[in-house]
Amino acid sequence: MLLSVENLHVYYGAIHAVKDVSLHVQEGEIVTLIGANGAGKSTVLNTISGLLKPRSGKIQFMDHNVTGVAPNKIVQTGLVQCPEGRRVFARMTVEENLEMGAYTRPNGKFDENLEHVYELFPRLKERRTQVSGTLSGGEQQMLAMGRALMSEPKLLMLDEPSMGLAPLLVEQIFEIIKSLHKAGSTILLVEQNAQMALQVADRAYVLESGRITLSGTGAELMASESVKRAYLGG
Amino acid sequence: MSLFVSQLFNGLQTGSVYALVALGYSMVYGIILLLNFAHGDIIMVGAYTAFYAMTAFHLHPILSVVLAVVTSTLLGVVIEKVAYTPLRSAPRLSLLITAIGISFLLENGAQLLFGADTKSMDTLVPGNVSFGSVTISYTAILTIIVAVIAMVALTLLVQKTKLGKAMRAVSEDMGAAQLMGISLNKTISFTFAVGSALAGIGSVLYLCAYSQASPTMGSMLGLKAFVAAVLGGIGSIPGAMIGGFAIGLLEALVAAVGLSVWKDAVVFAILIVVLLVKPSGIMGHPVTEKV
Repeated sequence: MLLSVENLHVYYGAIHAVKDVSLHVQEGEIVTLIGANGAGKSTVLNTISGLLKPRSGKIQFMDHNVTGVAPNKIVQTGLVQCPEGRRVFARMTVEENLEMGAYTRPNGKFDENLEHVYELFPRLKERRTQVSGTLSGGEQQMLAMGRALMSEPKLLMLDEPSMGLAPLLVEQIFEIIKSLHKAGSTILLVEQNAQMALQVADRAYVLESGRITLSGTGAELMASESVKRAYLGG
Repeated sequence: MSLFVSQLFNGLQTGSVYALVALGYSMVYGIILLLNFAHGDIIMVGAYTAFYAMTAFHLHPILSVVLAVVTSTLLGVVIEKVAYTPLRSAPRLSLLITAIGISFLLENGAQLLFGADTKSMDTLVPGNVSFGSVTISYTAILTIIVAVIAMVALTLLVQKTKLGKAMRAVSEDMGAAQLMGISLNKTISFTFAVGSALAGIGSVLYLCAYSQASPTMGSMLGLKAFVAAVLGGIGSIPGAMIGGFAIGLLEALVAAVGLSVWKDAVVFAILIVVLLVKPSGIMGHPVTEKV
């Protein structure tokens, strides 16, 4: 087991945002967490990343208990999040952003990792000296993903990578997710685009109002009547 | 003409000190959105350190300067750790009030320790150099050179080093920076250390220029540097440099036309005008409140 979350409860002040969430990710899997806007998907990810402190529950990553640990320490264990809305450093260049991604890594493998990211996203190589704020939305998403990959994640958590992108770009981003998976990466994918997410996922969890209401393989959930009704427009 | 040139150098000299101090304001604001009103008083502590090192302990001036810079740096880091770190998630107003409190603490503490009177010493760098009818003090030349070197070093630090880049990342997006594995505590401490070291350099240059130290010397200097930082665009490093030199030159210009007594008023009028017309300053980024 790579990641296991047990009975997680998170509050924003008095608001009970995440209620008794348990989930796990095995090595090599793509697991997706789907749900409507405001269901608490990002809250779950941000708690796993250490940006939010849970009220109770346990988060275990490999042999580290990372519950309530500082976010920078969690990144060092190889548990890395690519945040919602991309959040690239807009006033820094593409390459500087990628350097920040490699912040916790020793310098030795920097060039190799950079080359790898540029192979995945040739567009970024073309724009390496450009200030990131001037990139298009799709390029910024590539940069955010490339930046996360620079830290050599053992588990990559992607928060809404398709948000605000044109359909063609969404396809492209999902192609990249698939190719990362094929190359052996483990991915926890949070998505509102349930259709796309369930297609690529090995397993999936459905989050509703902070609670996990359904889980199963991607195919099972795609066939589920309630998922179809609520998320797949069927 | 000669009056103009010598006033130009005067302006660049005071502007150098303002710029160094403004940099500390701007860097700290850039990273934790705090107007660190205790920043000016760090200069005062630096000046007293250099003053007593030379007069009471008869240390070599160079050693005294190093001591002043080190003391300022440590003081800045300690203030951040003791007073600001516990308030990191508190409302910004609490942080601002704390900064003002620290400022009072330092000023009154200095008064208690060193007395309320102004301490004077001999000029550190005596002498002038003349070019035709223009006379420029060695102090002015030294001040400008030291300030420019410090600014070039700072620019390289912020643009080229890993810690400098981390600083920029934190100031752009604290949450995303943490997701890169950047330690907030370390980066913020580093920012205070660099800002305070610049203030320490500023304090020594001030001592060179005026040969005196008093418990409240940091408050007016700090306020003017704050105006410089706002004029340049608070949060912007090149902005603070430009703002500092602009305020210094402006003061010299006001003095040159015979309105010396209006110097301070003009500086604060600039603050009002900037806040009314272009609150983001010359180089600043328009404020976008992050959700």
